[in-house]
Amino acid sequence: MGFFIETLIGGLMAGMLYSLVALGFVLIFKSSGVFNFAQGAMVLFAALAMARFSEWANAALGGNSLFLANLIAFVGAGLMMLLVAWAVERFVLRKLVNQEGATLLMVTLGITYVLEGIGQTIFGSEIYNIDVGMPKDPVMMFESLFEGGILINKEDFIAALIAAVLVGLLTLFFQKTPVGRALRAVADDHQAALSIGIPLNRIWVIVWLVAGVVALVAGIIWGSKLGVQFSLATVALRALPVVILGGLTSVPGAIVGGLIIGVGEKLSEVYIGPMVGGGIEIWFAYVLALVFLLFRPQGLFGEKIINRV
Amino acid sequence: MSRNIGDVILDLQNISLRFGGVKALTDISFNIREHEVRAIIGPNGAGKSSMLNVINGVYHPQDGKIFYRGVERKKMEPHMAASTGIARTFQNIALFKGMSVLDNIMTGRTLKMKSNMLLQALWLGPAQKEEIAHRRKVEEIIDFLEIQHIRKTPVGRLPYGLQKRVDLGRALAMEPQILLLDEPMAGMNVEEKQDMCRFILDVNDQFGTTIVLIEHDMGVVMDISDRVVVLDYGKKIGDGLPDEVRASPEVIKAYLGAGH
Repeated sequence: MGFFIETLIGGLMAGMLYSLVALGFVLIFKSSGVFNFAQGAMVLFAALAMARFSEWANAALGGNSLFLANLIAFVGAGLMMLLVAWAVERFVLRKLVNQEGATLLMVTLGITYVLEGIGQTIFGSEIYNIDVGMPKDPVMMFESLFEGGILINKEDFIAALIAAVLVGLLTLFFQKTPVGRALRAVADDHQAALSIGIPLNRIWVIVWLVAGVVALVAGIIWGSKLGVQFSLATVALRALPVVILGGLTSVPGAIVGGLIIGVGEKLSEVYIGPMVGGGIEIWFAYVLALVFLLFRPQGLFGEKIINRV
Repeated sequence: MSRNIGDVILDLQNISLRFGGVKALTDISFNIREHEVRAIIGPNGAGKSSMLNVINGVYHPQDGKIFYRGVERKKMEPHMAASTGIARTFQNIALFKGMSVLDNIMTGRTLKMKSNMLLQALWLGPAQKEEIAHRRKVEEIIDFLEIQHIRKTPVGRLPYGLQKRVDLGRALAMEPQILLLDEPMAGMNVEEKQDMCRFILDVNDQFGTTIVLIEHDMGVVMDISDRVVVLDYGKKIGDGLPDEVRASPEVIKAYLGAGH
């Protein structure tokens, strides 16, 4: 029993990270109808910026204060993401208002390569570390309840906590503030939003900036776990089944979808894996997503697709 | 009528609009006076909606000039039209379906919000105070349109007639100078039509809003408008008081076909 719960918790925490990446997808899709394939590249780009800025700031400060260096790096990386958001709107989206979804998807594929290229040109292509001082040591919990207790990774726990807080803030932002309302309006109907004078261009910059900040947070957490390297960009592919499961338009869907995928991966690996010779973790999420597509194409929380005939 | 119809607020001169080889509008001139109810009528495909979209900045005519309050309007986009005080409703309702009635109408206040977007995003100090003031204004509109009972309902769940009313409410929230209504009564039953007529006349009367209205239903138009423009195949075939227009042989021909 203790082992089962340990696996479950491990899955939930891994899932929280998937959620974070999936959230980036959902934010942009919700407010501009663009399926942003570049979300993974944004995570890589943000993580690279964070890692290098932190390194440089630390050197400039003489290695005295890691916290200060990280703070400077975070602000710097945030500004980089603002620059990305501005450039994407100015040079790409503005030219492509009211184009087909497929066109916009292809464009984000292009953005992926541009971001990966520029990122490595500016920041280098080696493996970097992000050290934000997360505790690495695991802790034992509930030793009185289960034999041997439950081993929890502190780092995962903090990461999940940060993700949860971020999700809470984003929900408030979308539901309660005038800007959030304008974002939802743009998502519903471009033409109508324009006719009441919502500045579409500015709204897009804001959305891409928010998605950029989410990517930054995801990048920091993944980066401090695994190191910042090129493969970080493929994290986005792991989050694809999450958005299919949760629904492309639902913030809670991204969260729950992430948790289901995370838990599913871990449990299937441990319990079903041995029967088929292991290696399930890699493809399990996609199969789960496929099954969902068959029965609920709009995802768990997505808006039901009703077409008038 | 107690209203004072003022000077020309919008003057359209020799407007022509083509989509490729298709002529949507050919050499159309007419004007709109402040505080009046001005109708644009015509059979299907006459170019009524195109005309409205030209005024709104969605379409850009190849020829012709538009003067707004005596100043020539050059380049125009919908959001620019919005910021100069031109609001509109849509023929096929274009509301934000997932949002509540209240939120939909609140979006109409976007341009009136003065505080910095960053403050708004963080929901701080002056932005919060401002929101409350806007909310008050929106509640007035909700009372005016008699939709208090559905204020929290998601718009997508409302019947058609009420959605049209919310569409009008969102446009009113902009406190526009000119209100463009694209077939506000299409698809309504008699009772809903009467309600809508009453709201349109009340808006015109109480707020002094200039109204430009596209409508199919000749009867309704003749009752509520001050002056009528008639389009047919993208050309203007009539312009004047409702009674003059009704008596014009050309208009009768366009509506009833030749031979009558």
